[in-house]
Formats: sequence, C-alpha cells, structure tokens
Amino acid sequence: MNVTTNMGTFQIDFGKRDRVVGIDLGTTNSLVAFMDFTGPKIIPGEDGDKLVPSVVSITPEGHVVVGNPARELLMTHPERTVYSVKRLMGRGVDDVQQELKLFPFRIAAGSESVIQLALGEKTYTPPEISAFVLRQLKKNAEAFLGEPVSKAVITVPAYFNDAQRQATKDAGRIAGLEVLRLVNEPTAASLSYGLDKRKNGIVAVYDFGGGTFDISILRLHDGIFEVLATNGDTHLGGDDIDNLLLRIALEDVASEWNVDPASDNELVQRLRRAVIHAKESLSFVPETVIELDYHGRHYARAIDRELYDRLIAPIVERTLGPCRECIRDSGVSVEQIDEVVMVGGSTRIPLVRNAVERLFLTRPHTELNPDEVVALGAAVQAGILSGEVEDKLLLDVTPLSLGIEVMGGVVAKLIHRNSTIPASATESFTTAVDGQKNVLIHVLQGERELARDCRSLARFDLKDIAPMQAGMARIEVRFLIDANGILNVTARDKRTGAEQSVDVKPSYGLSDEQVARMIQESFEKAEDDFRERQTREARVEAETILRATERGKLNDAWLDLTDDERAAIDRAVNELLVAQNSDDHHVILSKIEALNQATGKLAENMVNTAVRGALKGTKI
Amino acid sequence: MKTCWNCGRATETDQGGAPLFCPSCKSLQPPPSDYFALFGLKPRLAISPDELQKTFYELSRALHPDRFVRKPEREREYSLEASSVLNDAWRTLRNPVARGEYVLKQNGFDIGEQRSKNVPPELLEEVFELNMAIEEVRGGDEGARPQLDLARANFGNMLGDVDGQLETLFRKWDETQSRDDLAAIRALLNRRKYIQNLVSEVDALLAPAA
Repeated sequence: MNVTTNMGTFQIDFGKRDRVVGIDLGTTNSLVAFMDFTGPKIIPGEDGDKLVPSVVSITPEGHVVVGNPARELLMTHPERTVYSVKRLMGRGVDDVQQELKLFPFRIAAGSESVIQLALGEKTYTPPEISAFVLRQLKKNAEAFLGEPVSKAVITVPAYFNDAQRQATKDAGRIAGLEVLRLVNEPTAASLSYGLDKRKNGIVAVYDFGGGTFDISILRLHDGIFEVLATNGDTHLGGDDIDNLLLRIALEDVASEWNVDPASDNELVQRLRRAVIHAKESLSFVPETVIELDYHGRHYARAIDRELYDRLIAPIVERTLGPCRECIRDSGVSVEQIDEVVMVGGSTRIPLVRNAVERLFLTRPHTELNPDEVVALGAAVQAGILSGEVEDKLLLDVTPLSLGIEVMGGVVAKLIHRNSTIPASATESFTTAVDGQKNVLIHVLQGERELARDCRSLARFDLKDIAPMQAGMARIEVRFLIDANGILNVTARDKRTGAEQSVDVKPSYGLSDEQVARMIQESFEKAEDDFRERQTREARVEAETILRATERGKLNDAWLDLTDDERAAIDRAVNELLVAQNSDDHHVILSKIEALNQATGKLAENMVNTAVRGALKGTKI
Repeated sequence: MKTCWNCGRATETDQGGAPLFCPSCKSLQPPPSDYFALFGLKPRLAISPDELQKTFYELSRALHPDRFVRKPEREREYSLEASSVLNDAWRTLRNPVARGEYVLKQNGFDIGEQRSKNVPPELLEEVFELNMAIEEVRGGDEGARPQLDLARANFGNMLGDVDGQLETLFRKWDETQSRDDLAAIRALLNRRKYIQNLVSEVDALLAPAA
C-alpha cells in the first residue's frame, strides 16, 4: 500500500491561517479556548472569569445579558432568565415535561417541533438562547485576541442525537460563527490530556457534567484517537443532584415557614443557589449546611457526606450501566483499559470517583481542571482543522443506530451505533402501486426494534418520480453521517442517473428558513448593538469636552476672549448638552466638533497663559 | 486514461490503477467505491488484520475531512466520500464473515437472510434436541440446564470448526478465484450464521442465571 500525500507543502499556498477557536457550550458553564504557541489556552471573559455561566437574561428594555450578571438576574428576575437550556436543545415539548417542572421560565404556544421559551414579551428557541452565549464567547475571544473571530469548533455530548447536534450547529450560525466541526466532549477531553504521550493504549473518558453523562472508550495509536465505543445519557448530570437537594429544601421551607415556595420563583432560585453551594462544599468537607436568609427568615439544614452519598447513590449508579455497555461494545476487557480520565464538574464528587475506580479497576486521572479539559480539547481540534496541529487525528463514532421504518412499524437498521464516522449506507426504494409519484421515507435513530420506540429524525419525501408500473422505479438513497455526526441524505434515480429531489421534514428542530431569519435578525441586532456602542462612546467624548470647557471658564484665558467669542462657546455648550440625549452618534459628534471649533481660541489662550505663568516663575 | 479534475494531467501510473491523489498537483481524486481498491488491495479473502489496521490508519490520516477544511469544496466532498467508504470498508473487511459476504455480493451471489433460517440437514437432530432443552428451561425446568450447557459447548466447537474451514477456503479462493470455491464459502457462511444464531439464543437464555 502506498499513499502519497503532501499536506505539508500545501499550507504555504493558503497564506495566513484563519483563527479557529474551540468552544465548550456546556449545560452550566461555557468556555472558549484557542491554540497558543505553547498549547491550548482558555480565554477569560471581561470579568476575568474563565467560566461563562450558560445563563441568559432579557431585561425589560430588551437587552440581552449573558454569564455572571445573568446569573444574578436569575435571582431577581427568574421569569426573564434561562439556564441549562442545553437540556432543551433539539427536543420536543413532550420530551422535557419532567424538567420543565423545575424551570422558572415558561413554554410558549407553537412549540410542537421547536420549543419556544417565553421571556418577557418575546419568545426564543433554545438555539437562539445558546446563540446569545456563543456570541458572548465570540466577543470575549475577539477582545482577547484583538482580531475578528468567525470560525469555531463546538463540543457536544457524545450521546447527542442528530436533532441535538443540528440545533447546536444552528446556534453557532445564528451567533455568526461558521461551525467547522462538532466534536464529542469526551473525545475532545482526551485530546487535551496529552494522552498520546503514552503513544498506544486504551483509554476510557468518563464525562459527568451539569446536564449530560458520556462514556467513551478510545484506542490511541501514534496520534490517532480512535473511538471504539461510546454510550451515555443526555439527561443525567449535576442538575439532577441539585434538583434532588432542592426538593428536600423546598419541603423543609414549605413546612417550616408555612409558605408555598412553588409560587415564589425568587425563593426557589435562591434555594437552588444554596443547595448548589452545599453540594460543591461536600466534595471537599465532610459536612456542611444548606443555608438561606430570605426576607428576614432563616433556613438551615445540616447535611453530612454520609447522608449526601446515600441520597445521590442512585444517580451515580445510573452512570455505571452505560459504562458497562460501552466496555462490552468496545470489544475490550476492563483489564485492558490503561487509563481513565475524569471530565465535568460532577466528577469532583468523591462518591463518583470511588464508583469509577471500582468499575474500571484503576485510579482515574484528575490532574486537569474537569471544567476546562473539554474546551482545551476543542482548541486542539481547532488547531487540527486550521493546520497548526498535524500529528493528531480524531476518529469518532456515531452514538446511535440509524434506520428507516419498514412494514409493520419495524426499524431496519442501516448504520449501526459505534460505526466510525463519516459512515454511509445506500438503500434502494421502489413504488408499491402503478403510477406512484412519491415515496415517503421515515428516518429514525435508536436501538429499539419498533419505530415508535426510536427517535424520529425526519421524513424524506422522494418527489416527482416518473409514473410507471409498481416496482419498476429504482430510487437509490444514500444516507451519510458526516464527521459532525449529522445525517445527510441524497437520492438518485438509478434508471436515469439523475439527482432525485428530496423534501426533508425534520421531526424536531428549525427549518433552514427559520435559521436564515434568525441569522438576519441577529445581524440587525448586532447593528443595533454597534450603534448603541457608538452612541455611548460619543456621549463619553461629549462629557469629556464639556468638563474641559467648564475648567477653561475658570482660567484667566476665558477673560481674554471677546464677548462674542464667549457667547459662541456658551451656545455650542448648550447645543451639545441637548445633542447628548440623541441616539444618533452623528448628531453628538457634530456638536462636539462645533464646540471644539468654538473653544479653539480659548485653548490657544490657555496654552499661552500657561507658558506665561511658567516664564513668570523663571529667573532670566 | 484518467485525468486529474484539478490540473488535467494524467493520474494513472504505468502499472495501471488510479491513485487517490494526483501525482502532479496532489489533489484528492474521486475515490473508488470498491473496498479493496480503496485499500490498494486486489480482491482477496485471507487478510492479515494487523496489516489492514495499519493501512486503515494511514488512509485515515490522508483522507479524513479534518485534513481538507481549507481545501476547495470539490476536494472536501471527495474527502467526505472517501472517508465514509474507508470506514465502511474497514468495518467490512476486518470481519471475516462480512468480508466473505462482501466478496460473494461482488461476484453476484445472493446472500439473503432466508437461507440462515433453514436448518442444515446434518444438524437436524442436534437442533431438535437443543430446542427441546430451550423450551424446558424457558418453562422453568432447571433440570434441562446441564443439557443446554452441553449443547452450548457443542455448537461453540462447531463454530470454531467452521471458522477453520473458512480460513482454508479463503486462502484457496485467493489462489483460484473460482466460483465453485465461492459457492462452498457461501454454504459455509450460511451454516455459520445458523449456528451463530443458535449460540446467541442460548447465551441470552443462560446470561441472567450467570
């Protein structure tokens, strides 16, 4: 076998490499990272914090607030604030009934195929909310790097299905980012751990985050990271522990204070903050207190590690089933697994670490900050795509089997789970009755035998088939899962070789038109934001010159001016004071210029006065 | 004579066979859909798994879409196509049974599911006894369990025998390339599938007790 490649010399022809950032769009926190000369680095936000809470709040004035400030607004304006929106990405209303009970925000009407969240007067889809977070990360990266950023790698839970991946990609597009690749979070984490230093071996990545759980088993081979199998639960994470403790705290408060906490969103959110604080403490101390002071009332409940472990044991146990399945699917034995890597904030919990150690018979790696490894790995993957990193390559798999519905509501599997992606399958379709012009194909994802137990992805309508006898038509449909884990479908009339038109109706998610409209809106919004910034800057400038003029009036130079000159300055000052309230920065800037003109002589005189003053004190 | 889509120069070498990359401008060419051709192999059945894995990794490095992000759209499409065929080929060729079926299909043999459902005549008696034991265990008669274990071992050995015979036949076909050998391989594969189904069924039944 002889493969001749010449990638190295090619890069020179493309000149300057475009900057590609790596983004971890998490349930609880999001991060952005880039490849430095020395390796991947996290980019801090304006407040210096590396973690940007994935919280979005819409103020009554319609301004979007993201991150730490939004987390504060969650306390005071819970009905205008969204968190953990990742749990709603690519899902239908029926899927999320359970979670909605604990969320303060409301679902709006018209949420059949895409959930619509009502925030104040407007409604937003989960991809739009995520786009706000992404836009903030983009802004942070641009401020830090001092250059525009338009390309990104975004990570997703390995166990995300097609709709959830598509929704994440849509969010990127709405935020003005070209999403070059979606990378699975555990796989990304393995990249950042420098595991390839050991050259060859088998590695398991246990990723227990805020809202999702993933397990992946990889084979490392001279820089190739080949995923052998993956498994997980997209609805299992630290959130579940929070909710468990929150339920207890709510019951306590209800009986001790004799109130109905369900009707008090602020109380619920403050209690949530209190239990999260207690949860985090219990990873480091043997006992703590869930505590809240609320409008003159005090709540306190002591909780020790023993009770805590007993409470969360069922949740930790739920991660072990997917682990065992993953080991079986990977075709390796537990003894063959050389290393286990811990990812996600929930892996700080001692009970979790113990459970993993017992199952994998090895002490898991916890050297790197579990909140940062995924973003760092995303930056490495960004480096691979931009050509900066040449020795590494990820070969990932599709987490769920892909199939089509056949007679009797049964699913015929076309691409099996844990197939290395890109992966494809070709299937021939024909007509059942004479003159039939359409063939409807129902595509599903999942492991169950019956269509109703699998996840409906889309319905494809093969249209405009030339009328002919039943069974004569031959439409060849190619199902291709790309490197992002997203399905692409193309169809061809085998008799004519012509491309066959396919009409796609995604079961959950946004249509292309909807995404296009949102991108348009976000551009308009971005223009608004830009104008707003220009106006603010002009106002600051006006403030500066007005203050300087006031100071000038106290100077001897003021007295040296003619009455007309002084009147002209007063007029210009008054006009600028009026213009300052304008929303049009042009108006403000023109009045600043006018005042500048009017005070020219004054400034000159002031300089001369200063020089004279200086000379006075000098002995000649 | 094949020419490069990008620079227009001839891509075929004197030895014949189309390379994946243009020898002149190094751009990726439309990939072959044949699994063996992509791996640079002549159609054959006896394959060393290590050799195959080495080539798979080499080709992955060369063809994966990650390596083509900054290339023209046409090359990006070829890369997606090439790596999807590569991964499908790797899944198929590394597994002896899938590999055998692939070669049979390439040579116009029908490999329908139906055949594996008919009991091979020489196994009639054993299958009958096994089914009896399965029924009894399912009915709650634990006394039939040793019989089941015995049958499991018996069919497991048969599976090993079949795999041995397959290996011999695979090597033979690589020499002869004759249809008679392919017909024999098909018969053996059907027998294997039948036995495999039985073994899986017994394993599923035994598993919860284990």
